[in-house]
Amino acid sequence: MKKEPILQIKNLSVSFPSESGRVEAVRNVSLDVYPGEILGIVGESGSGKSVMSLSTIGLLPDAAQISGQIIFEGRNLLDLNDLQMSKHRGRDIAMIFQDPLSALNPVQTVGKQLAEALLIHQDISHEAAIKRAGELLEEMKIPKPYERVNSYPHEFSGGMRQRVMIALAIANAPKIILADEPSTALDVTVQAQVLDLLKRASVLTGASVLIVTHDMGVVAGIADRIAIMYGGKIVEDGPVSDVFENPGMPYTIGLIRSIPRVDSRQKIRLASIAGSPPSPVNLPPGCAFGPRCPAHSSICDQKIPELEPLNKDQRVACNRKDDIAGLVSSGNLYPVEPIVEIKKSQSRNVILEVKNLKKTFPLLKGQILRRRVGSVYAVDEISFSLVEGECLAIVGESGCGKTTTLLEIMNLLAPESGRIVIFGKDMAELSKSEKLAMRKDLQIVFQDPFASLDPRLPIGEAIMEPMGVFDISKADQEKRMQELLSLVGLNPLHANSFPSEFSGGQRQRIAIARAMALNPKILILDEPVSALDVSVRAGVLNLLSDLQKKLGLSYIFVSHDLSVVQHVADYVAVMYLGSIVESGPVNEVFNSPSHPYTQSLLSAVPVPDPKVEKFRKRIILEGDLPSPINPPSGCRFHTRCHVKQQKSPEDQAKCVSERPTLQAKRSSEVACHYSS
Amino acid sequence: MSLLGWAGAQNEWQKGGVLAGFVVKRFVNFLLLVVIATTVGYLLAATALNPRENYLGRNPPIPENTINSILTQVNMNDQDPILERYSDWISGVVRGDLGKTIFNESVNLEFKNRIWISFRLLILGSVLGAILGVLIGVISAVKQYKFFDRSFGYASYVILSTPVFLVAILLKFFGVYINEKIGFTLFYTVGLNTPELTGFALFVNSLQHLILPTLALTLGGIAFYSRWQRNSMLDVLGSDHLRTARAKGLTKKEALFKHGLRVAILPMATFFAYSFGLLIAGAAFTESIFGWYGMGEWFIRSVNSNDINSVSAIVLFTAVLVLFAGFLADVLSAALDPRVRLR
Amino acid sequence: MTQTTVQSLSRRQLIRRRFFRNRSALFGLICLLFVTGLALLGPYLTPWSWNLSDENGLDFNAFAESPYGAGLTAPSFDDKHYFGTSQVGADVFAQTIRGLQKSLLIGLLVAVFSTGIAATIGATAGYLLGKTDRLLMWVVDLLLVLPSFLILAILSRWYQSSGWLLLVFLLAAFNWMITARIVRSVSMSLRERDFIRAARYMGVPTHKIIARHMMPNMASLLIIDGTLNVGGAILSETGLSYLGFGVKAPDVSLGSLIAEGTASALTFPWLFMFSGGLLVITVLAISLVGDGLRDAFDPGSKSKKMS
Repeated sequence: MKKEPILQIKNLSVSFPSESGRVEAVRNVSLDVYPGEILGIVGESGSGKSVMSLSTIGLLPDAAQISGQIIFEGRNLLDLNDLQMSKHRGRDIAMIFQDPLSALNPVQTVGKQLAEALLIHQDISHEAAIKRAGELLEEMKIPKPYERVNSYPHEFSGGMRQRVMIALAIANAPKIILADEPSTALDVTVQAQVLDLLKRASVLTGASVLIVTHDMGVVAGIADRIAIMYGGKIVEDGPVSDVFENPGMPYTIGLIRSIPRVDSRQKIRLASIAGSPPSPVNLPPGCAFGPRCPAHSSICDQKIPELEPLNKDQRVACNRKDDIAGLVSSGNLYPVEPIVEIKKSQSRNVILEVKNLKKTFPLLKGQILRRRVGSVYAVDEISFSLVEGECLAIVGESGCGKTTTLLEIMNLLAPESGRIVIFGKDMAELSKSEKLAMRKDLQIVFQDPFASLDPRLPIGEAIMEPMGVFDISKADQEKRMQELLSLVGLNPLHANSFPSEFSGGQRQRIAIARAMALNPKILILDEPVSALDVSVRAGVLNLLSDLQKKLGLSYIFVSHDLSVVQHVADYVAVMYLGSIVESGPVNEVFNSPSHPYTQSLLSAVPVPDPKVEKFRKRIILEGDLPSPINPPSGCRFHTRCHVKQQKSPEDQAKCVSERPTLQAKRSSEVACHYSS
Repeated sequence: MSLLGWAGAQNEWQKGGVLAGFVVKRFVNFLLLVVIATTVGYLLAATALNPRENYLGRNPPIPENTINSILTQVNMNDQDPILERYSDWISGVVRGDLGKTIFNESVNLEFKNRIWISFRLLILGSVLGAILGVLIGVISAVKQYKFFDRSFGYASYVILSTPVFLVAILLKFFGVYINEKIGFTLFYTVGLNTPELTGFALFVNSLQHLILPTLALTLGGIAFYSRWQRNSMLDVLGSDHLRTARAKGLTKKEALFKHGLRVAILPMATFFAYSFGLLIAGAAFTESIFGWYGMGEWFIRSVNSNDINSVSAIVLFTAVLVLFAGFLADVLSAALDPRVRLR
Repeated sequence: MTQTTVQSLSRRQLIRRRFFRNRSALFGLICLLFVTGLALLGPYLTPWSWNLSDENGLDFNAFAESPYGAGLTAPSFDDKHYFGTSQVGADVFAQTIRGLQKSLLIGLLVAVFSTGIAATIGATAGYLLGKTDRLLMWVVDLLLVLPSFLILAILSRWYQSSGWLLLVFLLAAFNWMITARIVRSVSMSLRERDFIRAARYMGVPTHKIIARHMMPNMASLLIIDGTLNVGGAILSETGLSYLGFGVKAPDVSLGSLIAEGTASALTFPWLFMFSGGLLVITVLAISLVGDGLRDAFDPGSKSKKMS
């Protein structure tokens, strides 16, 4: 028997005025939330998911026009004014925001802010509130909670701050917790901690949790039910395992099939959805997904589909849901070309080698006379090599030094310590002209396509810029530029447009075209798809692997996203706090990780498959990432290592005193005293 | 991970020491700049001003020897090497003696007489301007786009486009006009007070003399601070942590005052400090127009009479004031904003 | 199947539209055009000259016709004395126009010079960092400490004898510091932007990076700041001239005119109200236009603006 919903959203529509016209963020959405359940709301940029959660708690900007009903405890929340609504906020309905640093007041202690949340709704004394604040921090597993009550937000790490936000949300035992991308800004291992705590919070308070995210893996792990939003509407909803196993809406299908999975054991070609999510200012007529849908037909442009039951528990909004049922079940909705396996040459020709690379940054204090008060050990003696024609991935979380490593290589200078050898030439011995010549062969693609292109330069000129450094005639440059645009799948006629006129995915393609301008042999990619929408990533990843095969490129691919790495890389090196802890062929490392850190990293990566997620054993790391200013002695990982904790005291002492070096293990290398 | 985050977590126990060290460092910087500013002021004055000029062109002409001895007596003889004059002057300053004016009177005395007069005006003017300005700014932010906000907005724009001296002149005319209309002198437009009065009558009379000049300085301050405070508050209104405060259950107004105000007011502390430099200039205008014999009026008179020592003394005074204000601003923002202390 | 999502308006058009939608900015622009037109065309509208030693400088008839004594006559269209005459029979209109021209010219030049200095020093400090940056910023701090008004007054002897161009340089010299700081912090964040890094890794030389990538991205900041500096410079100059430390007789500035006219302003208001009024209108117009530009370029954060 179905329980009564605790929250009912009925025909909610939200629009905003903007310079370019009216923005319809949410269009006629209806949704029920049941007590005690975790409902995942998934969508990409412009889907309206955040606006929906903000409407529920009544924190939309004044300019927003809202219609419809949000029924909670028999009242329509949209009828309440600010004073009445503020009685519900924080007590019955609470919210966790995405960026905890800006969400907390920087000039007040954490304890004061927690206490305030309590004092607004409960009639208790100030001392009692502070004490309860400490208790809440303790429940959130923050170390030394009663002391940290007097700390300021900037004195906590990102993961800890988010725990404070969760504590704030559950302070008054709310009935509904809204979480807007709560773990998106966090590292994978920290994300696992935070999601775990969120589940705990739900159990502690019996609250329903509405978690808004773009990450299918996160929903697969934490949610009971899922609703997928696109273009301001819900396009599919139902129990999470049903939706993942038998999605009915082409967008959902495409989404699931385009996401790389960390546990896939074969190189598969990802299904890519053409185009990019529509801007809310410029929604297509009829079905918002129509222009990108492989099953598009004329009815899709005429009629806006509404949610209709697909089966007992699932609903789908698709005009052609019955027509395409056959296509869907056979799995041919998004045809992909089979993977072409190129024969790898037997000779493994090492074209780039890094030996004992070290980079420390001085920590300076003082305005006039700057004293060195310490060092940041960003990269602490790492070695790896890149084989011709292969893709080496460097993975790690933020602060592990992977980006610093890339930049060290790109500098083409002798490093602080160690050697960098490219094409057999040592960087320390290069002359200036040799260095310049080297730039032709080594190019970089940055993470943020919005920032890596000069907004004032037409894209054609941006692509030609690297050629301008070398003596190439203008005519040749133009010709090459047109070739490059076609190579990356863009229309050469758009060479005079500015970056702002393109979507994120297209901008990244332009950046890739620019990097390819001088026909480099090595491409360095710094998180090339992390800043892109999920449905767009597959297209760029496919392009990168096509280019590699066609042109025999070698890649160094840096990422924190292990699913992407599993998809593109041949070799992987795992970094932690400036050291490589494990490296080897990607299948071997991901299938049977030897280093404890790799194990916990892999266990933390969300997999977009509820069956897998529900039965995973997660290794939750304790504590925070240590400071690179003051790295732990001996093995850098020993402060959080689950393997060490199970060892005898003598063995543990070795971890603390002796730094492990990379040792060969099958075809990989591991730096651990006690790797399994 | 941001470096600031790491430093913060580790410096918890250093909090108290850091603030003290910060203060000391700023103070040393402060002294250094005062010395440099004063030196530059003296050297420029000694080269650009020509005290000899005061005694030339007389009929009958004064013999050169007499001029020399007059000038040497006050350490302003241009035939003495400039560095010698400077070292004489600066050694006097360090001992507390600011030298002689061109009329062979004690600069210290003149200083003492005038400083209280100027301070009355400056402190009242700037503090009142800041407080009223901040208040009006806050109300304007809360009542955004309503009549209060718009009218004060336009008025501020006009006032900020009007130079201080023009404001002072207009106020003076306004005072005279009102006086005529009501038949008795409510606003006094010249001088400090009417000398014959005593006691309470003197006090009231002083106030009547004080209103218009203070208003001349205050109006500019109100216009400036109200605009900045309003915009700072509007920024804060849209900020994430205010949204969190509302999510906790505070109403818009409560959130604004409990959380927004302190963050919005931070930049005002810095502005207040830096405005001290401009106040001296403002005082110069106001004092000459309203006939107050304060530091500003003294400065104008000194430049016009080539009085090097007086001019240098005033430069010293101004530099100290400006630097002290800057120093105060730094300490204030460190006290108000815990993030600053880590630097 | 890739689509170009072309923005409905190019950036320039968007900026222009935002500016013209802003009523205050539009009002300011109109006033500014009026004032500039007056400054340029004024001399052609009157037969009188501002220069008292000119043959058209003084109107001796005024002495005969004046009901107030001396050479004073009220504004009227007889004899083309639109703003009346002063005690010595000088035409107030001609003098006011001359003063307006002077003040506008000085203001413009000071703004151009100080923005130029600020941009160069700020961008260099912000891009190169290290010792260069610390040295330059120390100089900036020092200049900020020196009381500019006082020093300009002291130096007035010099520039009043060598001509007003020196005054322009000195005003500019004390005016560039704050803008330089702003340019520096913008440069510091620009240089970390990926497109600058990308250019560096391509091997593009430093000067090309600054010229091709950094400057155009700071253009809006410089335009806005420069515009507002004009207003500030005009206020500084008129203030100095009022006290006799700026533009002095025989030349004329709005400030000196106000100074002359104040004494008798209650009885003969035309002597100072035109110069005063034009001064306020000019500075107001410039501020409105400057703020309008700021709103048009970046409609986001408010606390960087005055309104």
